[in-house]
Amino acid sequence: MAAISREEVAHLARLARLAVTEDELDTFAGQLDQILHSVARVGEVAADDIPPTSHAVPLTNVMRPDEPRPGLSREAALAGAPAAEDHRFRVPRILSEEG
Amino acid sequence: MSTASTATGELADVLSRYEVVLGLEVHVELGTRTKMFCSCPTVFGAEPNTQICPVCLGLPGALPVVNAVGVESAIRIGLALDCSIAEWCRFARKNYFYPDMPKNFQTSQYDEPICFDGALDVDVDGKTVRIGIERAHMEEDTGKSTHVGGATGRIHGATHSLVDFNRAGIPLVEIVTKPIVGTGADAPAVARAYVAAIRDIVRALGVSDARMDQGSVRADVNVSLMPIGASEFGTRTETKNVNSLRSVERTVRYEMVRQAQILDDGGVIVQETRHFNEATGETVGGRTKETATDYRYFPEPDLVPVAPDPAWVAELRAALPELPAAKRTRLRAEWGLSELDMQAIDNAGAFELIEATVAAGAGPESARKWWLGELSRHANEAGVELSELSVTPAHVAELQSLVDGGRLNDKLARGVLAGVLAGEGTPTEVMTARGVEVVSDTGALTTAVDEAIAANPDVAEKVRSGKVAAAGVLVGAVMKTTRGQADAKTVRELILGRLGVQ
Repeated sequence: MAAISREEVAHLARLARLAVTEDELDTFAGQLDQILHSVARVGEVAADDIPPTSHAVPLTNVMRPDEPRPGLSREAALAGAPAAEDHRFRVPRILSEEG
Repeated sequence: MSTASTATGELADVLSRYEVVLGLEVHVELGTRTKMFCSCPTVFGAEPNTQICPVCLGLPGALPVVNAVGVESAIRIGLALDCSIAEWCRFARKNYFYPDMPKNFQTSQYDEPICFDGALDVDVDGKTVRIGIERAHMEEDTGKSTHVGGATGRIHGATHSLVDFNRAGIPLVEIVTKPIVGTGADAPAVARAYVAAIRDIVRALGVSDARMDQGSVRADVNVSLMPIGASEFGTRTETKNVNSLRSVERTVRYEMVRQAQILDDGGVIVQETRHFNEATGETVGGRTKETATDYRYFPEPDLVPVAPDPAWVAELRAALPELPAAKRTRLRAEWGLSELDMQAIDNAGAFELIEATVAAGAGPESARKWWLGELSRHANEAGVELSELSVTPAHVAELQSLVDGGRLNDKLARGVLAGVLAGEGTPTEVMTARGVEVVSDTGALTTAVDEAIAANPDVAEKVRSGKVAAAGVLVGAVMKTTRGQADAKTVRELILGRLGVQ
């Protein structure tokens, strides 16, 4: 059974704002299915005594004191923007209220 | 019929067929000096895009590091809400696209919140309602958009938008309630009281300035209805970023009535985010809500887990300040007030003002008298909150000390207070500048008394012959010559002494 359907790939593409053609959907669905099946094999060897790992380093509590430090100048920050206006980043028309 | 009673009637009608279920998500912007994951300053009102760096702009290669005070503040909020504190938890990425979020994901927490399973009691009209706290988690704020080209800065009709990222990355703690059921007609008031209680707690903890008008406390208000007796909750709507207590209350009431009308007509409620319009008092539909899986949460690889040392948590718990509910109970006893008196103080928003006035040296009774009397009247006339008046608790205490010291009588004090409100200075400055101090110089008063007696020989004779009540005329004459600046009681004693009828 396929681990991911063509519809799910289309949905994920939309969420990721990727323009995917009909042909590409078929291709990616097949490739992602292979990838998911391969990764699923890890679950077959991981016993209950092996917790799922999200971080490769055995560290916790890396924190920073609450001391301000200078960041970027406004000019430097806006220099990387596709468009700027009135000292702000200019973005195309927003179609709906926030997320 | 007044608007308020119409609204009450509408709610009663809704509640004859439906039960209301509330869920509140309160976002508290922490008052840390730096952002949650970078060292950028967080000064409110700074010039646009002057408090940003590669981390909060999401530039490639930037590495976030969590703010220790941000974590500590989140734990203290959790402890104040009687939550359990996670021994180990992670951050997660919440993925979605919006121009005010430069990273294209919000760093938040998903299934491992730092605080969970707490409770908070709130009082509504003398009734205590226990609100279950589902969780409180750490996250970050987004930037701020300005919409250009449309009418009055609205998205609709705008040609483009401008974004200021100063606010992006400012620490937030989001406090989520469990479903609140069984509040009935009190639902709007309960929602308001809960948000007010959270605001007061975070202020007491000193973790946020808790300014709702500046957005540092804001609520997402979830409302749903279900037929009476149903076991399954109805579909909810989520009204986002409601930023005043009054609006929280109005949102709940409006949504209850709106949803009931749709359900009555056989319609269905769409799960969506809505926005509250302050001007019209209505909520309007927005985006159809994405489901949690659409956010594709996954553990944040760039931030290591947070594992608060239980000893540290115990220290933080021991160091919690007196919380507002406990303080209210204590001060009510100290001030010798009834529960009804306290409710009047709460409703006027005068609790902290009176507390500060007493701390500045005034007696509780006189502090209460000024804030609920003369100053409430001024605030009502001006259509503002008591706390927005230009008079401070220190002013009120100073004014009362002038009265207590005999330098002002009540009438003069009210005049001086008006001067303080008008920005003429402190009570002492206003008194001096207006020259309204009570004439306590006995020599000057005696002269005025003698003049009054000489000018009214008939009255003086009556008083001498025992008709003491007639002395009022002479008191009035003296008050007139001293322009009200004498203490009437002293004047009366002087007159009676002069006329030998003590």
